[in-house]
Amino acid sequence: MTLGALARQDFPILRRMVNGHALVYLDSAASSQKPASVIDAIRRYYEWSHANVHRSIHTLGEEATELYEASRDAVRAFVGARAREEIVFTRGTTEGVNLVAQALGRTLAAGDEILVTEMEHHSNLIPWQMLCRDRGTVLKAVPIVEGAYLDMTAFDRLLSSRTRIVAVTHVSNVLGTINPLAEIARKAHAVGATLVVDGAQAAPHVPVDLPATGADFYVFSGHKMLGPTGIGVLFGRKEALERLEPAWGGGEMIKEVWIDHAQWNDLPWRFEPGTPPIAEAVGLFAAVEYLGKLGMDRVHAHEQALTARCLDALARIPGVTVYGPRNAELKGAVVAFNVDGLHPHDGAALLDQQGIAVRAGHHCAQPLMKRLGIAGTLRASFSVYNTEDEVERLAEAVARLGDGL
Amino acid sequence: MTLYSDLIRERFRHPRYRGALAQPDCTFEDVNPLCGDRIRIECRLADGKIADARFAGDSCAIAAASADVLIEMMIGQPAERAHELQAANLLERLEADIRPSRMKCLTLPLSVLQGALDGKEVAR
Repeated sequence: MTLGALARQDFPILRRMVNGHALVYLDSAASSQKPASVIDAIRRYYEWSHANVHRSIHTLGEEATELYEASRDAVRAFVGARAREEIVFTRGTTEGVNLVAQALGRTLAAGDEILVTEMEHHSNLIPWQMLCRDRGTVLKAVPIVEGAYLDMTAFDRLLSSRTRIVAVTHVSNVLGTINPLAEIARKAHAVGATLVVDGAQAAPHVPVDLPATGADFYVFSGHKMLGPTGIGVLFGRKEALERLEPAWGGGEMIKEVWIDHAQWNDLPWRFEPGTPPIAEAVGLFAAVEYLGKLGMDRVHAHEQALTARCLDALARIPGVTVYGPRNAELKGAVVAFNVDGLHPHDGAALLDQQGIAVRAGHHCAQPLMKRLGIAGTLRASFSVYNTEDEVERLAEAVARLGDGL
Repeated sequence: MTLYSDLIRERFRHPRYRGALAQPDCTFEDVNPLCGDRIRIECRLADGKIADARFAGDSCAIAAASADVLIEMMIGQPAERAHELQAANLLERLEADIRPSRMKCLTLPLSVLQGALDGKEVAR
C-alpha cells in the first residue's frame, strides 16, 4: 500500500462525502487535515490535564506545563534546532513574521533597506511594508525570472551594505519554487544582513534542517503540518534571538517587574507573553510525532511523486497553463494552473461540485499575480494522505471543466 | 455540471455591455479582495441619468454576469438609483441563488458603479 492510501485511514474527515462524491482534499497548502492522533491529543488534554502553564503549583498545571514544554522539545528535534531556547511558539507564520519585523524594526534607521521577493505571501510582505512606513526604511524586491525562479543576478545587485534584513520564502505557496536558501544566507550574511525565512510551505513537506538553511529566523504554522490552527513556530538562532528585544510585553515574558521597569525572562519565554496556545501546542506535538513516524524523507518522496503526476496529467490537457517549475524535483507540493476561458473561482466551484477541494484566487500573493499578468489561479496541493487516484480524479475533472459553464 | 443559473451562464458567455466607452463621464475600478478580480465600469451621463455604460475586467462568471445585468438595469435610470440597488435585486435579475462565499463577486460591480458615480479615485 502506498503512503497516501495508508495514511489517509488516520484522517477521519477524509471519509466525508461532499456534494455526493468522496472528498478529494487538494488544499493542504492552505490548511492540512488532522489525523485522529492530533484530535485525540487535544481532546485528552482538555479532558484530563488542562490548566495554565508555568505558574500553577498543582498537578494539572504541572502536567500542562510538561506537555507544553515537551511539545517544544519535539519541534526542536523535528527541525534540527540545536537548543530548545531557539523554539518560540507563536499563533502562526503571520504572527511570527510580525514579531520579528517589530522586534528587528527597533534596530533599524531611516534609509536602511529590507530586501523581499516578488513571490512572497502577503504575510512576509505587509509586515515589512508597515515597518518601512513607520521607520523610513526602504523596501526592495527581488524579481522572478522564467515565471518561476528568483533572479539571483538581480538579488546580487539589490543586496548591499545598506541591506539589514533579507526576507524570503523557503517554498513559494503558488509556484512551489524551492529557493536557494544556503546561497541567500551566505550572501545576506556577507553584507551583515539578517535572514528571515517564511517556512510555512516547507516545514510540512520536506525534511528541514534549520541550522543548515542558514536562516537567522525561520517561521512556520502548525495547521499546515497536520496540527491545529492557532499555533506556529518561530525558530531563531540563539545568538540572533539573544540580540532581540521582545516585540510584545505581558505576563510570562518577564523575570522581575517593578512599577517603572522590568527584567526580561530567559529565552524562549521572553517572546511568549500571555497564556500561550497550550492545547494547540499539544496538538502540534502529536502532529510532529505523526510526521516523524512516517518519516519526512518518505513524506517528501510521496508528495513529490504526486506533484510530478499532477504536472504530467495537467500538461496533457489542452488549454491548461501550469505556473512555476515544471520539474517536481524543483518544487514543493503545489501545482498552480489555469484553464483557458475559465476563471479560477468558477473552476474551483465546478470542481467542488464533484467533491474536489482546490484553492482558487491570488493565494495572498498579489504582487506575484501582477508579475505573472493574471488575476489568480487554481491550485492543487498535496499532503501525506493524498493518492494517485485523487490526482487522476482531478485531471479527469479539469479536462471536462470547459463543458461546465 | 450545472453550477450557476442559466442566466449567469448566458450573460457571462454573451455579455451585452462588455467593452469601453469613447468618452466616459466617469470611470471607476476596484478589486475583489477575495480573489483579486478587477472590474472597471465606465458611464456616460445625461440629465442626471445614466445614458450609457460598459464594463471590463478579468473576472469570474458571477461578477461578469452581475456587471452585465447591472448596467442593463441602470441605463436610462437616475444615477441615485445605483445607491438604492441591493444584492437581492441582482440575484432576482439573474434568477440565481449564490453561496455566501461568492456574494462579493455579485456585489463588486455594484460598488464599482457607485464608486464611478461618486467620483472615487482608483487605488494604485
